[in-house]
Amino acid sequence: MNEILSQSIFFGIAITLVTYEIGLWIKQKTGKAIANPLLISVILIVAVLLLFHIDYETYANGAQYISIFLTPATVSLAVPLYRQLELLKTYPKAIFGGIIAGVLTAMVSVFALSLMFGLNHEQYVTLLPKSITTAIGMGISEKMGGIVTITVVVIIVTGILGNILAETICRLCKIEDPIAKGLAIGTSAHALGTAKAMELGEIEGAMSSLSIVVCGILTVISVSIFANFI
Amino acid sequence: MKYVKQFSIILGISFLAELLEILIPLPIAASVYGLVIMLVGLITKLIPLEKVETAADFLVDAMSIMFVPATVGIMASVDALKEMLLPICVITVVSTVLIMIVTGRVSQHIIRGQKNKGAATLQTVGTEAAADDKEDR
Repeated sequence: MNEILSQSIFFGIAITLVTYEIGLWIKQKTGKAIANPLLISVILIVAVLLLFHIDYETYANGAQYISIFLTPATVSLAVPLYRQLELLKTYPKAIFGGIIAGVLTAMVSVFALSLMFGLNHEQYVTLLPKSITTAIGMGISEKMGGIVTITVVVIIVTGILGNILAETICRLCKIEDPIAKGLAIGTSAHALGTAKAMELGEIEGAMSSLSIVVCGILTVISVSIFANFI
Repeated sequence: MKYVKQFSIILGISFLAELLEILIPLPIAASVYGLVIMLVGLITKLIPLEKVETAADFLVDAMSIMFVPATVGIMASVDALKEMLLPICVITVVSTVLIMIVTGRVSQHIIRGQKNKGAATLQTVGTEAAADDKEDR
């Protein structure tokens, strides 16, 4: 099986698209954040590879052609950000103040807890970019010498968690302003949180998607400082 | 053939970003340089929005699929994952909740401060802000 498939380019591409499609279908049927298409796709692919004793390399042989589009896709994030630039001009202090506070909280909390658990540098930088969009977070983890695959999983779990907890936390902590809600959700739980923010309202959604990119860029800068601490 | 042109611009910027990553000795990934170049291009109107919009929206829409191959690579990192499973769980939950609370409270504080100040010093600004606020909701 492995020998035949290892000569195939389209095996990896096809299984990725088909399992993702199944994930989208399950998400539509259940409507739950935990039914994340990306997560479902990954679980199905890992199951198939283990079941038929297919190497990761055989899969990656074709699947790598999907990954290469990540850079142009991240470049394209500038387009939705550009569309929301007007919003940024309306409340610049609140937006930057809130996001900077959030990014610092991310850095300090991960640093303090890593220190507590006695993590080494590799493990620490793997977790540092956990709250930002996968495209930028992956790049940070790779550049800093982290374990990229774990970073990706942690980022997705963070997003799902933020999506599920957002409403409860905003209510408990009396975060009532729609702008503040959107910023809180986008800064803590990137795109997966933004899906929830969009459900809450248009301003929440726009603010959340704005935070993804602003927070991503601010995190790039702060990680390069914080990464030196452990 | 509008797709060819749109993808040429986006992939051209990606290439430029890759060159910057190689040439500049900072720990910044190519995609971040590219994102900034594209944003500056859009703001300065050097790149008109409609010249990249369709392809960019497609790529952003399909972005989640592009993470699948890298995440499947977790198969090869199972040992590293097992080793740090407890710290990962604790750090993920604690820091996500903290970030959400701090970001929300700080920005809400600043917004309310701005509104109160406006209302106290200048009546007109205050009513304007209130009107804006209504519009926003």
